[in-house]
Amino acid sequence: MTLPFPSRPLPALLVLSACLLAACGEQSDTAPSAAPGGGLPAMDAPLIVRLGHVAPLTGPQAHLGKDNENGARLAIDDLNAEGFQIGDKPARFELLGEDDQADPRQGTTVAQKLADSRVNAVIGHLNSGTTIPASRIYHDAGIVQVSPSATNPQYTRQGYAGAFRVFADDVQQGGALGAFAMKNLNARRIAIIDDRTAYGQGLADEFEKAAKAAGAEIVTREYTTDKATDFASILTKVKSTSADLLFYGGMDTQAGPMARQLKTLNLGIPMLFGDGGCTVEFHKLAGEGAEGHYCSLPGVPLEKMAGGTAFRDRYKAKFNTDIQLYAPYAYDAVRVVAEAMKKAGSTDRMKFLPELEQINYPGLTAQIAFDEKGDIKNGAVTLYQAKAGAWSPLETMGGDATP
Amino acid sequence: MDIFIQQIINGLVLGSIYALVALGYTMVYGILGLINFAHGEVVMIGALTALTAIGLLVPSGLPGPVVVLGGLLIAIPVCMAVGFSIERIAYRPLRNAPRLAPLITAIGVSIVLQQLAMMGWGRNYHTFPAILPTTPHQVFGAAITDLQILIVVTAAVLMAALLWLITRTRLGRAMRATSENPAVARLMGVDVDRVIAFTFVLGSALAAVAGVMVAANYSIAHYAMGFMLGLKAFTAAVLGGIGNVGGAMLGGLLLGIIESLGAGYIGDLTGGFLGSHYQDVFAFFVLILVLVFRPSGLMGEKVAERA
Repeated sequence: MTLPFPSRPLPALLVLSACLLAACGEQSDTAPSAAPGGGLPAMDAPLIVRLGHVAPLTGPQAHLGKDNENGARLAIDDLNAEGFQIGDKPARFELLGEDDQADPRQGTTVAQKLADSRVNAVIGHLNSGTTIPASRIYHDAGIVQVSPSATNPQYTRQGYAGAFRVFADDVQQGGALGAFAMKNLNARRIAIIDDRTAYGQGLADEFEKAAKAAGAEIVTREYTTDKATDFASILTKVKSTSADLLFYGGMDTQAGPMARQLKTLNLGIPMLFGDGGCTVEFHKLAGEGAEGHYCSLPGVPLEKMAGGTAFRDRYKAKFNTDIQLYAPYAYDAVRVVAEAMKKAGSTDRMKFLPELEQINYPGLTAQIAFDEKGDIKNGAVTLYQAKAGAWSPLETMGGDATP
Repeated sequence: MDIFIQQIINGLVLGSIYALVALGYTMVYGILGLINFAHGEVVMIGALTALTAIGLLVPSGLPGPVVVLGGLLIAIPVCMAVGFSIERIAYRPLRNAPRLAPLITAIGVSIVLQQLAMMGWGRNYHTFPAILPTTPHQVFGAAITDLQILIVVTAAVLMAALLWLITRTRLGRAMRATSENPAVARLMGVDVDRVIAFTFVLGSALAAVAGVMVAANYSIAHYAMGFMLGLKAFTAAVLGGIGNVGGAMLGGLLLGIIESLGAGYIGDLTGGFLGSHYQDVFAFFVLILVLVFRPSGLMGEKVAERA
């Protein structure tokens, strides 16, 4: 039997080492120029801050992983260009990008690798399924972790002081989705499909709770996987229940083809899903089947973020591609960690962790402050509808810190 | 009832694709007594090549079906060349080696092809452009699209043509002779090497068609798609009786229908204990049952001496 040979993170390593080389090159350029302005010789050497970043860079969610990494990279380049200082020392940020393939096992392997290389903090992971098992390793190693996109509530409820997220969790999102399904879509009979990942299942469970509490009937609960492409059988099952809304807990690589197959099965009910399907890619994958479906995304629309459109343009100019989803959050995750280090005047976890806990930082995506668990306070959730090949914002729920 | 018919249609479409891929496994097994584990990757290369060609043809403004046909006509020779190369590089030098050796090289070729595809086409999902009509027809309350009808009909026609080729032509007779006893066939003047090469090329052409069908029906293709599809098709071939061409067709269709009905009804049958995410498990559950109770498959032949 052949094995499902997942591509090894070799390409990622090559990219990484190339980046490191480039960074070293830049460093030697900037170090002498910093010396005359720096004054005291002891302060000349820049403080190296090494941030790990983990997301799937191979496999079905590679486009999202790359998007996260680009967001983090943009933040790091900005920090380095600004001459960011930590404790009166010029800081030089470095990004160690790792690939977890959206696979929990691989997630713990790369987490251990980052822990062994003593990074100052980790940005990631992308998926809840990888973030949760990895968080234990970071906790044991005393590394602060900020996930830009893991939404499963469990992540911050394990009692780990160093686990944060800059994104509303599934309780908030599932609640908003449930309320929206009842209030705006008038759904009474809801079919739920999830992909059995920590994210998909978690969000579907929260949605189910919220929808039931609001009085909807869950007519069927079906399951798929995060690698499936054939949904004809389960959609036929959904059809047999005469549901008036289909909720999907999972990512765009399934939501897109599912929307298309919904159309070929002549099943004219709207689909509703969370942030995982709320991407540009969804429209490509669903084709003409995309029209009219709904999704939610924690946070406010990019256009409403302070500097959101500028960020979008800079991202496009730098990476020559559009933002998929979480890049602004990955950007903020890096900035907020940097800010805490600046406030503490140190990259030592014992010193900057208390600052991070109390931070109140005007980020790109929101005013960032964490509650006692490490979740973002007042996380907003925005609902979108697919119209003419793009997501058009409908309404934003919660989140008072938006400009 | 209409739901049941819909599940049967879903299964037929899926099964037709499995059957086409299974033919590639079973033909090679029939002739060489080997499992060509790189066959799933040939399907993947067919799908991605066709998608690339279709992407280039779309701006020409030709009607959708013509564009897809163009993609298919480019994918078929590419896959044939890949199949031919696989045989030349991984099998022919090991013709007289112990049976394990070509199995390992097949796995090696599978990895190499997958990695090459990843380097060439990237790791992202590639999407099939929306150029075919997706509006379904109503048949007994069930929905079926033009594309799905086309998939089932094309598969049936190709399978009939293959049967004709094997049973009625000179080349087919040479294939059957090689399958029965290569040494004697050679003595009788059959160019065994050519027949084996032809078998690979033929199986790869069918794989190319199956690849385009998968890409068109599910609208996506990616470098790792060949693995699972290959395993399922292999299961279908074993179910029908590996080495038996008719068995591969039957096995493919049956497996498609079993999966479809299984995923559709398992939740109700087990009272929610097992869910529809066990869809993929059905294929392998069937494989185990067949191997335990009927190792030669439904239409199987004397497998014991060859395997």
